[in-house]
Amino acid sequence: MAQDRPGAAAARELLSASDVARTIARIAHQIIEKTAGTENVVLVGIPTRGAMLASRLGAAVAEFSGTAFPVGIVDPTLYRDDLRHHPARPLSSTDLPDGGLDDALVVLIDDVLMSGRTVRAALDALADHGRPRAVQLAVLVDRGHRELPIRADYVGKNVPTARDEQVKVLLEEIDGVDAVRLERA
Amino acid sequence: MSLVITGARPYGEGEPVDVLVRDGVVAEIGSGLSADETLDADGLVLLPGFVDLHTHLREPGGEESETIATGSAAAALGGFTAVFAMPNTAPVVDTDVVALHVRRRGAEVGLVDVHPVGAVTVGLRGERMAELGTMARSPAQVRMFSDDGRCVHDPLIMRRALEYATALDVVIAQHAEDHRLTGGAQAHEGEVASRLGLAGWPATAEETIVARDCALAREAGARLHVCHVSSAHTIAVLRAAKAAGVRVSAEVTPHHLLLTDARLSGYDPVNKVNPPLRTGADTEAMRAALAEGVLDVVATDHAPHAAQYKDTEWDAARPGMLGLQTALSVVAHTMVEPGLLDWRGVARVLSERPAEIGGLPDQGRPIAVGEPATFALVDPDGVWTVRGAQLASRAANTPFEGMRLPATVVATMWGGRVTAREGKVVG
Amino acid sequence: MRHLLSVTDLDAAAATALLDTADRLRQALLGREVRKLPTLRGRTVITMFYENSTRTRVSFEVAGKWMSADTVNVSASGSSVAKGESLRDTALTLSAMGADCVIVRHPASGAAHRLAAWVDKDRETTGTPTVIVNAGDGTHEHPTQALLDAATLRDRLGGIAGKRIGIVGDVLHSRVARSNVFLLATLGAEVVLVAPPTLLPVGVAQWPCRVSPELDAELPALDAVMMLRVQAERMHGAFFPSSREYAIGYGLSEDRAALLPEHAVVLHPGPMVRGMEIAPAVADAPNAAVLQQVRTGVHVRMAVLYHLLAGAPE
Repeated sequence: MAQDRPGAAAARELLSASDVARTIARIAHQIIEKTAGTENVVLVGIPTRGAMLASRLGAAVAEFSGTAFPVGIVDPTLYRDDLRHHPARPLSSTDLPDGGLDDALVVLIDDVLMSGRTVRAALDALADHGRPRAVQLAVLVDRGHRELPIRADYVGKNVPTARDEQVKVLLEEIDGVDAVRLERA
Repeated sequence: MSLVITGARPYGEGEPVDVLVRDGVVAEIGSGLSADETLDADGLVLLPGFVDLHTHLREPGGEESETIATGSAAAALGGFTAVFAMPNTAPVVDTDVVALHVRRRGAEVGLVDVHPVGAVTVGLRGERMAELGTMARSPAQVRMFSDDGRCVHDPLIMRRALEYATALDVVIAQHAEDHRLTGGAQAHEGEVASRLGLAGWPATAEETIVARDCALAREAGARLHVCHVSSAHTIAVLRAAKAAGVRVSAEVTPHHLLLTDARLSGYDPVNKVNPPLRTGADTEAMRAALAEGVLDVVATDHAPHAAQYKDTEWDAARPGMLGLQTALSVVAHTMVEPGLLDWRGVARVLSERPAEIGGLPDQGRPIAVGEPATFALVDPDGVWTVRGAQLASRAANTPFEGMRLPATVVATMWGGRVTAREGKVVG
Repeated sequence: MRHLLSVTDLDAAAATALLDTADRLRQALLGREVRKLPTLRGRTVITMFYENSTRTRVSFEVAGKWMSADTVNVSASGSSVAKGESLRDTALTLSAMGADCVIVRHPASGAAHRLAAWVDKDRETTGTPTVIVNAGDGTHEHPTQALLDAATLRDRLGGIAGKRIGIVGDVLHSRVARSNVFLLATLGAEVVLVAPPTLLPVGVAQWPCRVSPELDAELPALDAVMMLRVQAERMHGAFFPSSREYAIGYGLSEDRAALLPEHAVVLHPGPMVRGMEIAPAVADAPNAAVLQQVRTGVHVRMAVLYHLLAGAPE
């Protein structure tokens, strides 16, 4: 792809702030629908932004349905399959609800789904904490290029991308603004 | 057979001259001289051959680290024409028999005048005086006695040895270290050792023995020589003793003129030596004292150690550094370059004074007609990089590894015979 | 950072990163059914202890195992070392066998530095990178002890910068004291050493800490006090006249402990000599963090192994 200025990232906005809010609300409704009648549902976010999204989804679900699902965080870093390719990564928090995960329906939440390796690592981490009855996956953006047989149950937006492009999710709590942007490498 | 050294500058002074050597002595000094053989000095500095009052040749008993042959080669390449070999061998040189072996072996090798130093006490155990008289009167002609490696700790034994020595006109050389203060010591007691967790060797352990021995020498009217001075505090003691007329002389090693305990941070035992490397203030004091004459001579304390004795953790390593081939360069770097000594001064500290203290009538002589042709020819502008593996010693434990140092020995001559030339031993 | 040899190799950021990682690992292990992380699977960690130690060795072994590493223990007696094999040869043999990490405790100061130099040099020929972790070298350092002490203090006091920490006892012979002084100073604490003059190293004036002869005067202002072990053998080196006199002057008795502020923490690297440097009641009091130090030690050692072995080799 031709660049006008070397090093300049051409960014395209995929979701605006209001789009993000609407998408989260939609996913929340979908989760409520799909888990209707199920006991023991737990939302678990993958740091950093997946955890943020889990928190927002938890609030949205509580607002729309009146039921509060417990919300937790699981850091998959220690389970990654590519640790040896980079200098040692800093670890994030892991904080699971007191009730544990045994027999729970876990909705794993992340911001972007691409190769599926992060989700695979998160699944392994969850397995060492307990035995969920089932695990579902919710992502804000699915950008394709899967390397493992993993698919999301809830998808905010499907975005076809080239491998060298970057999907950037921005959340107000961390980045000061809500947006999803596509950037050229 | 005659040889002429053309274009040499004795003591680095004046215009180049030719020095004609015949039958082991200087026959003529002038210009346009010729002889059977020529050694072209081309403006290089001609000095009297160096005399090392403190060398460890390790033979007998320690041949894995050095032999009289390999040590003599290192000495000749370093510009030395006489070395005093310390007696801490196996067996110890505490009888005329062992002393004679060392002297004869040195003569057999024929590269440098090897003078065995006799032990002060039997087996270096510090309990009983060794047969100083028999050693002195033997064909080995022992002129210096030392328990080096160990201190003659018992003041009564030291007193008796000094008194006894006055009848023999020999000198007692003390390794000044109060063992009671240095038990388990690994490094100079100071800031560096405290941070590195190395047990300290306090300067007071050296200074208190020197003060005691100067007083004992004063009372006995004896000659005392202090080995490897390392602490600035010891200098003050020596200055006072000399001013009071005590017949004390003192030596400093090249490494104590240059290296400090800052080098210990990687725990490389090549820097482990006894007495230890001390601070920058101490090295500065050593240099000033050498220039002033309070320290009389530079002596190498050449201490070869085979790899298995140095390639260990610090505590287990044997202390000691090579010194014969790097001595001149370190003196040039620390004393001549900053203008503390000229080449005449170098002749004094490396040749004339050591020959005087060691009682060698044919070493450290003036460069003049009729005097022995015993020289070191030095290139003051030469530069070389020290590589332990390339030195002549059997061992390679030089702390100057990789350093670029000034001044090279171009040739060494002993009694008219060239023993080393252009980095190679001759004959 | 390829090896962990000395706390002075860690700047504040690196030290804080280790403490943060230790904390995250503690979190990651909470409430688990399977107390094991796969992160160091297939890595071989060998502990090589030339000095007897139960707590440090077991702590490292547990840390390695909880990270799924293969851990092997070598102790000096009964091994080739007893037959005269040099430290260097032992280390290179273990490296040649494929050790990714050698954790060494040795009575000679600088032993870990020498090991690191030898394996680094050897790496040029064999290509196997072996990482060295110093588990205590002579009287020089014990970096993971200082890290776990800092982690414990950070947890109990809510931070380290600006806190006043007293270290009491045989500083001269203590690798724990050295590591703690330099690490706590790096992390911004104010450290004061209290010991009889004979047990302070010459040159301590250049260390980043204060020195005080009067324990009672210092206690009321401290946020934490660390009591060092005193070996009875030191009486033979004429360092102090008797155990009784030592305990009276420098032991943390119940009366002395009462001088500490309420929030203050009491630490001890262990093993304790109850009645000598610390009164039994003080050792068991709620503000004594000794057992927490032990628990934290495993997490801190896991963090060290993670930072040295999990990422790309340097």
